[in-house]
Amino acid sequence: MAEPARPTRGYSVRTLPGFAIVALFTFVALYAPIAILVVFSFNAGTSLAIWEGFSLRWYVQAAQNEQVLDAGLRSLYLAGFSASIATVAATMAALATTRTRRFPGRTMIYALINQPLMVPEIVTAVALLIVFAAVKVWTGHTSMIYLIAAHTAFCVPFAYLPIRARLETMDNTLEVAARDLYAPPWKVFTRVTLPLMWPGIIAGLMLAFVISMDDVVITEFVKSAGQDTLPTYMLGQLRRVVTPEINAISTVILVVGAILVSLFFALTMRRR
Amino acid sequence: MPRPEDCCLSRAPSCKLIEKPSVMQDTGMQQETGNMDSTETSRPSAGDTAIDVVRVSKIFPGDPEVRALDDVSVAIRRNEFFTLLGPSGCGKTTLLRLIAGFEPPSMGSLRLRDKDISRLPPNRRPINTVFQNYALFPHMSVAQNIAFGLEMLGKPRDEIAATVDEMLKLVQMEALKNRRTSEISGGQQQRVALARALAPHPEVLLLDEPLSALDLKLRKEMQIELKRLQNETGITFIFVTHDQEEALTMSDRVAVMSAGKILQIGAPREIYEAPAERFVANFIGESNFLDAELAGDTVRLKAGGSFRVAVPDGVAAGPVSVLLRPEHASVRIGEPGPEELPVQIENVVYSGDATVAHLRLSTGEAVKARMPNAPGVAPLSSGAKGAAMGIAPGGITVLKD
Ligand SMILES: Nc1ncnc2c1ncn2[C@@H]1O[C@H](COP(=O)(O)OP(=O)(O)OP(=O)(O)O)[C@@H](O)[C@H]1O
Ligand SMILES: [Mg+2]
Repeated sequence: MAEPARPTRGYSVRTLPGFAIVALFTFVALYAPIAILVVFSFNAGTSLAIWEGFSLRWYVQAAQNEQVLDAGLRSLYLAGFSASIATVAATMAALATTRTRRFPGRTMIYALINQPLMVPEIVTAVALLIVFAAVKVWTGHTSMIYLIAAHTAFCVPFAYLPIRARLETMDNTLEVAARDLYAPPWKVFTRVTLPLMWPGIIAGLMLAFVISMDDVVITEFVKSAGQDTLPTYMLGQLRRVVTPEINAISTVILVVGAILVSLFFALTMRRR
Repeated sequence: MPRPEDCCLSRAPSCKLIEKPSVMQDTGMQQETGNMDSTETSRPSAGDTAIDVVRVSKIFPGDPEVRALDDVSVAIRRNEFFTLLGPSGCGKTTLLRLIAGFEPPSMGSLRLRDKDISRLPPNRRPINTVFQNYALFPHMSVAQNIAFGLEMLGKPRDEIAATVDEMLKLVQMEALKNRRTSEISGGQQQRVALARALAPHPEVLLLDEPLSALDLKLRKEMQIELKRLQNETGITFIFVTHDQEEALTMSDRVAVMSAGKILQIGAPREIYEAPAERFVANFIGESNFLDAELAGDTVRLKAGGSFRVAVPDGVAAGPVSVLLRPEHASVRIGEPGPEELPVQIENVVYSGDATVAHLRLSTGEAVKARMPNAPGVAPLSSGAKGAAMGIAPGGITVLKD
């Protein structure tokens, strides 16, 4: 019997020697530790390595731990604030870099907006530490404002990229058509531009939110006393006694993150 | 040209459309754009100008700069189906964009009736556009798309609903009212784009090659449809195409453009039968150009034969170029008579309804003759030496260049 007809490609990466092994290894390295982490969050004993039966005790303990709740709420509040401000800024930046005539320095601005993607995070963190430490001493002011400012700044490029991508695939004549149909400029924006770029904005917001929630390095350097977020709290705990409570918290973060990322994909894939 | 009243007698449902006050009268636009008083709903007199393009140039800066329009003047009449025809890049879209207000003219002015509109933004001009790619709003339904312009004009809800229904009926799209615009076919999108642009009842409708994306059959249907809509609504249509047949069959008048200039404006028959320039003759239909000598009102072809002609202004006696349409030439085997020219038949092409003979005159000039096929007539044979070409009376047109 002849082989079933297949479309001809230039080459097939799947037939390269070792492809299957490398792929398998990569997936195992990526997901096996996470799987183990999730499994042991349900361990009845205190060990991270010896299974002693199923229990939800660590979830209960985490939910009753004041410090966890406090850090968790702070993370949400910080991510919510920073991601929102960053998304507004990124939306304006995206409009300015796609909707205007090409102006001198536009590429430069593009590079500047994306700076946090290119500068190593530890460098930014140290720089912020030095500046904010001086400001804190000078003003005596130690509120969350420093964390919000820092998070907003490094979230902007993450919000910017999906919004810009959305704007670039949008048909410019739609706005011209709205103008032609008696819409003044602000109506063009609210009735046509904004609804069409909405999926990009939501995607940017969620991406920025996840990035802020996840941040350790900059937060660790910028936070004042009593301003632990969930990740920095967990980092602190790891230095002491480690119980599956950490696994339980991680699993919750994992689930929330997975939901947000799925929504992100659902939104960017739709309406193509 | 059919008047609004005529169509009212024959087509009751569309009457409402004509009685409807025009865009400018019941909106804030009236104060802004000035003296367009409400007596305008009365019948326009013949020759009444809708759009007056006065010595307009458009220069796009760059290196080198592009002169997309070069000192263009044209007066487009009310209720007219006016077509801009020309090859790619000649400035048709640019002229439409200027009229719509998407670009300002570099020089010159645009007038809507007697009001200068050169400085008005597009949302303040009672002019709508059917875009080449339709530009339907993808996040709105068919009905919402059609309602958009009316909403922006601040019309009351019930009036919007009524007009949308009327428009849907006009373009025969009632059944698809609530569909998304991505869920309808190209021809249907075209109708929605048309309905959306017509709904606010603009004074002028601009159409930029709206049929070019459609297949031939649908295209023919839409040509008839467009003509019908123009008659029924009494709106001035400015239509862009580079399809000469489309221009000839649909238009009241045609402007032939080339390289940013309008070369000739006239009724389709005028443009076809009395093209002023070689470019126009060449662009519209098939042409033979022959060398001749003009003396008084008679031309003598180099290849022989004298013909009485109408001499256009500005053409002096002496050597001229004349146009002979292939369908005005014929050929037969035999000795040439007094009004005929001796020719050699080089090639004969059968094309169903007609036969095209490629001929060579005694001067070496090549000529095509197109003759309708009649049943039972023996075909011409190629290579025959002794043949004679006849020219239909009035078949010779003197060109300016
Ligand atoms: N924004 C612009 N910047 C620079 N040059 C332009 C611009 N728009 C149009 N042009 C130039 O102006 C000339 C006329 O363009 P236009 O789009 O009016 O042609 P057209 O007659 O509509 O052609 P087509 O039949 O291909 O649509 C072209 O040479 C084009 O390259
Ligand atoms: Mg064009």
